[in-house]
Parts: sequence; C-alpha cells; structure tokens
Amino acid sequence: MTSRIGRSLLADRIATIILWSIAVFVVGILGAIIIHFLLASVGTLSLDFLTSDPSRSEVGGVGPVLWNSFYILVLTMLITVPLGLVGGIYMAEYAGPGRLANIIRLSQELISSVPSIVVGLFGLAFFVVAFHWNFSALSGALALAVFNLPLMTRLSEQALRAVPSGERDASLALGATRWQTIRNVVLPLAIPGIVTGIVLTSGRIFGEAAALIFTAGLSTPSHYDFANLNLADPASPWSPFHSATTLSVYIWKLNSEGLGDFVRQIADSSSAILVIAVLVFNLGARGLGRVLQRRVSGASS
Amino acid sequence: MTSFAGNSPAQVRRGLSWAERIDLPRRLTFAAAAIVVLLVAILLGFITWNGIQVFLHSHIPLENLLSTRWEPLADPQAFGILPFVVGTAGVTVLAALIATPLSVGLAIFMAEIAPDWARRIVQPAMEVFVGIPSVVWGWLGITILVPFLRQNLGWAGFKFGFSLFAGALVLAMMILPTVTTIAYDTIKAVPAELRGGSLALGTTRWQTIRHVVLPAALTGLVTAVVLGMMRAAGEALAVQMVIGNRPLMPTGLADPMTTLTSQITLDMGNTVTGEPWNEALWLMGLVLLAISFAFVSLVRWLTRGREIGA
Repeated sequence: MTSRIGRSLLADRIATIILWSIAVFVVGILGAIIIHFLLASVGTLSLDFLTSDPSRSEVGGVGPVLWNSFYILVLTMLITVPLGLVGGIYMAEYAGPGRLANIIRLSQELISSVPSIVVGLFGLAFFVVAFHWNFSALSGALALAVFNLPLMTRLSEQALRAVPSGERDASLALGATRWQTIRNVVLPLAIPGIVTGIVLTSGRIFGEAAALIFTAGLSTPSHYDFANLNLADPASPWSPFHSATTLSVYIWKLNSEGLGDFVRQIADSSSAILVIAVLVFNLGARGLGRVLQRRVSGASS
Repeated sequence: MTSFAGNSPAQVRRGLSWAERIDLPRRLTFAAAAIVVLLVAILLGFITWNGIQVFLHSHIPLENLLSTRWEPLADPQAFGILPFVVGTAGVTVLAALIATPLSVGLAIFMAEIAPDWARRIVQPAMEVFVGIPSVVWGWLGITILVPFLRQNLGWAGFKFGFSLFAGALVLAMMILPTVTTIAYDTIKAVPAELRGGSLALGTTRWQTIRHVVLPAALTGLVTAVVLGMMRAAGEALAVQMVIGNRPLMPTGLADPMTTLTSQITLDMGNTVTGEPWNEALWLMGLVLLAISFAFVSLVRWLTRGREIGA
C-alpha cells in the first residue's frame, strides 16, 4: 500500500519534471532562434542594408524588396480590413444561427484551409492570367486577400461579440435603431480588439511567401526610382502593377538560385528582419490594444 | 382595454418606416460577409477546371498519373504523382508524431502546472512562434538543421541530410504552436469540478491529469492534431527547402524526397500553360485542395455540435 502511494507520488514528480522540461525546451528553441539571427546579422544588418539596392558583387541591401513587403501588406489591408469589418458586423449583429450564416462560416473554414501554394496557383490563373494584371503587387495583394478576408471577418466578428449585450440593450432602450446602436455603441467598444487583430494578422502577411511566388513575381529589382509617381507605369515602385518580390520571397529565391558568396549573410540578415518584424508586430499589437482599451473604457465610464 | 394584437406600440403609431423595411445596413453587411462564399465557388471552380485538363486536354491516362514514375522530360513522358502523395503523407504523419507529445505536454503544462509567471512567458512565446515565417524555418533548416543531422545522425555510410526526416522536423516546429494553443484551450475548458472531484479522492495531480483531464479533453486534442496536420500537408516553402526534392518513392527516413507542394513550387515556373507537365501540376494542386477539404470535414465531424475554436 505504502509503496503504491510512493509510486504514485514518484510518477507525479517525474511527470512534473518532464512537463517543465518540455516548456523550457520549446521556449529555449524560440530564444535560440531569435539570438541566432541577431548574432548572424551583426555586421550586415544596418540602416544601409535596409535601404540600399541589391548587388551581385558585394553584400547588397534589401531596400526594394523590403519596400515591396510593406507595399503589399498595405494594399492587402486596404482590401481586407474594410470588407472584413463590414462582413464581421453582419456575422456578429445580424446573422442568426440560420442556414445562411452556416454556409458563410463553412466557406470561411474552407478558404482558411486551402494551402497558400494553392491560393498562389489560383492567383496565377485568375489575377495574373485571366485579368492580365501580370506578376504585380496587385495580383499578390489580391491573392493574400483571398485567405486574409475570412480571417479579418472572423476577427471582427469575435471582437464585436465580445462587447457585453448590456451595452446594446441600453442603447436600444433609449430608442436608437439597430444600426445607430452598432455604429455608435458596439463598434467603438470593439475597436481595440479589432486593431489588435489587424496588427497580429499583418505580421502573418508580412512573412508570407508561397502565395506570392506565382502572383507578385520573382524578379529582383535592381533599383527603384521613387520620383516616378506615375501609378499606371509598371516601372514605378508606387504602381500597383509593378512586379513586387517581397523580402520573404527574396530569401526563398536566394536559396534556390545562389547569388554568390554573400548569400548566407544576406539571407541571415533578411531572416533576422522577418523575425524582428514578428516580435514588433506582436508587441505592437499588445501595446496598441492596451492603450486603445484604456481610452475606450475611460470614455465610456 | 386596448388590443394591439402583436404589434409593438411604435409600429401601431407610425408603421414601419421605409428605412426600416429596406434595412440597408443589414443588406450591405450581408453582401460583404457573403463574398467569401463566392470566393470559395470561384476558387474551387478554377482549380478543378485546371486540374482536370490533364485528362480533358492532354489525355494522359489514369494509369500514367497513378504510377510511381515522374519523368516529365523523358520519352515517353511519365507523370506519376504517387511519390508526391506518399511524400506529403509521410512528412505530415511524421511531423504530427513529433509535434504531438511536445504540444500536448506544453498545453498540459500551461493549463495545469505552470505558475503565473511561467504562463506569462510561454503564452506570448507561442504567439511569436506561430508568426515565424515559413521561409525563415526553411532557411534555419538549410543552415542549421541539415548540417547538424549530417554530422550527428547517420551510421554505416547511411547519411541523413536533406531528407524526409529533416522536412518532418521543420514541419513539426511549424505546427507546434498551432497544436499547443488549441490543445491548451481544450484542456482549459475541462470543468474545474472534475479536477476537484478527482483531487478530493486523494489522487496526485498527475493521476488527475492522466485519468480525468486528458480523457475529458480527448476529442479536442485530436482536433488540435488534425488541424496541425492540415497545416503541415499544405506547407510548401520550408519543406521544399530541406527535403531534397528527389521525385522518387521514399524507402526510408533518410531519403531525399519530395511532396505535392514542393514539386508545384519548383516546377510551375518551368512549364508552359497547356503542356501535359503543367496540367499534371494543376492536378496536384487539385489533390491538395481535396486533402485540405477532407481535413475540414474531419474537423467538422470531430467538433459536431460544438463551437469550433480554430
């Protein structure tokens, strides 16, 4: 009897140790990855590296591809944030548990499940070929919008649902219409949650590559002329029709082609930028959410 | 005694206004929400149509496509997609086998054992973990993992390098945060009374976890792993970078091999629309789509009658 209790206590002790080790191991891996890239990029990662043009003869910069990453991120968000927000309002405030809402939910799940390389194929056939938008920032952003839209809708819906129903009831009881209630009461209260979600999603889009290879293009730009403001000119970096290799696609391309002796330095530093970007987006989302939350609750109390 | 028989006082007073009857906000927001349905239809249509061209247009017989030989440049050409299907299945299952114990262990740790300060570290760490881009994992695989495997794992002239195993390891890392987060939510959702009841009987914490909490959370844990496998099967670049890209049937873990996603990634740019090679790649895209829809059905079946947390 005593030995059985002893065994149970021993098993408990061992299990606790194993579970702690797993946690330390996994967090350790993440820490090691971050430290590895920070160390590997020392000496290369600089303001000059971030802004200058790529080069074949020496360690060039990532200016143009970094520009493209931000360009496509902003373009994607311009498409998906308004649509997702409005769609989220329907799902949270109007759609009941009916069949229609079910079909929409199923569609969201299906789109989210599609591998990004398949979304890339779709973008190639649809935006690049059928719409003749070629390999461009626009085609890339639309491909990213395909799986980002259901995500944004879902996210807005959840943020809106998290608003206590008492706030709605109070507004309706005062004689406000449903839309007035949504616009003036529910939406403002949901904004912190939505903004946090947008920033977190941005981090995801920033690092995406598979869907962009066949849509935004693979050609490495040698130099961008930012004085060219003609939006219809594919040579202008401001144009949605310019071929737009992003930083993530650039890393993949470097490894598959090999641009010379500096590949490792460039890819390490570019990876470091992506990892730092993930950290910044995460911390930014938390910080921003907290600040907005304080303002919203301060205003309503 | 006034009887308004079911009408609200406001309606009796003025009837429904024009704006209320049309309810523009409802219609407009519905249109935005319903775009996704249209998107699914178009995507499904396009991928399916392009995916069946290999039969309709190039007339490649099914036996050829279901063979194990992939030789698009040989004469006669062979477009057997079986090596890719087997490769995808191999890395997916292996990645799940590696990731599951770590993820479930970590989820148990966060839900049952971790003091507050530890949870405050692990939880944000998972959020950062899930955000690390695919290409960064691939690059780590090439520069750290593959050289490490080459030096430390191998015996009797049998070398691990770019291999199925390397691909599965990278994928395991990529799905780990996804599986952990969903598993954690599931374990958290197990009612506290169950734990209390068990502990009150004098069990240890581990006995309670093993015999009460885990069985209660089982379906959710399976769902978490299935969602992880769905992500693993569709992942392209990281796998392509470390797996070796040899379109042959794998015979062991150390073999360089390839997957559906890797081959599409590599070959698509080398082909021209309308040629059999290109159309065979589209068929592989269609197969990938079918795989992910099958995963969605599986998850729906597992979570039937409950709110899906993913």
